[in-house]
Amino acid sequence: MASNSKIDDQDDLKIQEMIAQKKNGRNLSRFTERIIPVLLFLIASVSILTTIGIIYTLLTETIEFFKRVPIADFFTGTILKPLSQNPEFGVLPLINGTIISSVIAMLVAGPIGIMTAVYLSEYASDRIRRTLKPLLEILAGIPTIVYGFFAFTFVTPIIREIFPTVEATNILSPGLVMGVMIIPMIASLSEDAMTSVPNSMREGALALGATKLEVAFRVVIPAALSGIIASFVLGVSRAIGETMIVTIASGSSKNFTFDITQSMQTMTAYIVEVSGGEAPAGSTIYYSLYAVAFTLFIFTLLMNLLARYVSRKFREEY
Amino acid sequence: MKYVDAAQVQKKMNGRILKNNILKTLFLAATLFGLVILAILIIRVLLQGASWINLDFLTGKLSTSADRAGIMGAILGTFWLMVVVIPVTLFLGVGTAIYLELYARKGKFQSFVQTNIANLAGVPSIVYGILGMTLFVRALDFGNIVLAGGLTMSLLVLPIIIVAAQEAVRAVPQDLSAASYGMGATKWQTVKNIILPAALPGILTGSILSLSRAIGETAPLVVIGIPALLIPFPGGIMDKFTVLPMQIYYWTLDSSLVAEYANLAAATIIVLLVLLFLLNATAIIIRNKFQKRY
Repeated sequence: MASNSKIDDQDDLKIQEMIAQKKNGRNLSRFTERIIPVLLFLIASVSILTTIGIIYTLLTETIEFFKRVPIADFFTGTILKPLSQNPEFGVLPLINGTIISSVIAMLVAGPIGIMTAVYLSEYASDRIRRTLKPLLEILAGIPTIVYGFFAFTFVTPIIREIFPTVEATNILSPGLVMGVMIIPMIASLSEDAMTSVPNSMREGALALGATKLEVAFRVVIPAALSGIIASFVLGVSRAIGETMIVTIASGSSKNFTFDITQSMQTMTAYIVEVSGGEAPAGSTIYYSLYAVAFTLFIFTLLMNLLARYVSRKFREEY
Repeated sequence: MKYVDAAQVQKKMNGRILKNNILKTLFLAATLFGLVILAILIIRVLLQGASWINLDFLTGKLSTSADRAGIMGAILGTFWLMVVVIPVTLFLGVGTAIYLELYARKGKFQSFVQTNIANLAGVPSIVYGILGMTLFVRALDFGNIVLAGGLTMSLLVLPIIIVAAQEAVRAVPQDLSAASYGMGATKWQTVKNIILPAALPGILTGSILSLSRAIGETAPLVVIGIPALLIPFPGGIMDKFTVLPMQIYYWTLDSSLVAEYANLAAATIIVLLVLLFLLNATAIIIRNKFQKRY
């Protein structure tokens, strides 16, 4: 009996030790379990801080700019002469350049993108689609600086060969090249929308004797319209925010004109020009950078929200 | 009474089929249009730049004289930029993805973060440049060094890697984590030992794709202010630097002054495209080889 209880005591001691150890370990792991969600939360909030950072920097400096230049002059002014003796800061030339280059780009990317999408989703066999799609995605993966080089040293000389009156830097050439850059985006987003139209709808139309073309235009495209429109809006947003192509190939003239053979500056190109010129901090030019950037930010944000709204609101559920 | 006029149908049918066939060809042509431009672009760059690529060009310093100019500095700059971008984006991107997919309660906050990430993905890269210039270069007073550029680029590509990592984490089947919980594992043990290893190929693929975006991006670095001609090679993340796209930019701009600069730009483009091609090939190999189908 006595010896037995002795052994029990020893065992008890060991067990207690083990329990203590286990408890320590458990405390540690309990601590980890508690701290990890907090850490992850902090990490996840970086993305929110980024947004806040962008809006805060743009907003504070823009307000500073509007203390020096009246807000009405900025948004209605057609003359932009930041470096002159009597500087004028009208943003309309930049907005004009941005819109014109985006319109040119969309005239290329819109039709070709949607035709590509129709071909890939309605006509191409599985094998052809699986070969063509990755190839098109290469087009989307090429850095924009390469497109800028291409526009400036290849497309512009060709255009000038045909129309000698076109200036060496003009808005037409970067607009066209930007269009090519956006094709894969519109094609792939529209194609996604089209392929999600259920096959039973196609089969129904085909059974009624429709050709594939009629199926595409009377059944598939109407059904996928929200996605297609969203892809267009995102394409426009991309064109508005595109920087390097227009900076290189469209020069820095702040013309307020609709003549696409001339050099025009976009909002993005203005930002590059001014920041590259090392505008002294505190000067009005320096603050104009933020005012233009804020305008650009609002433009693209509205486009992105519009795209999301269209694809949510008008989506046909099957 | 006849419901269908066979002759009428026959007549219309031919026209409809013809229209179908013509437009089918047109659609195919439109599809090929992009690819033809891609081919022209690549051939053009190769013709112009390939003969300028040699060992001296790849290992030489920048120079104003086209014959002696090399891009070692830009290659090193791109390398050091990656040294900053890879750990920062992996840490922030994977952390955010795990939080959103596994820890955050489904609700307003989670969908707010998700919407915010989608919006960030649509912000033009040049706006990130302005954020980087204001925050890293000026407010924190880093100057235009690799660290400032790398952090800016990291914020720019963060949405891409977050979305990719989220998809990878979501693709890990519930059975695996359920089995882990069943064995008595805690949540973090399950995440660390089961979910992350299973999601790793997807995370790596997304990481490489976001990296290739960061390598090709120019606009934010222009805003941060990378000098046009920098002779000393960057030796770490605290040094001033230039990268391949910046070099292409400056040489393209100056090609109207010195014609040879266009060839240097083309040669640099080849180097950049080869680098991007290798990265993407790696991503595809990882995806095909290690991606398990559950």
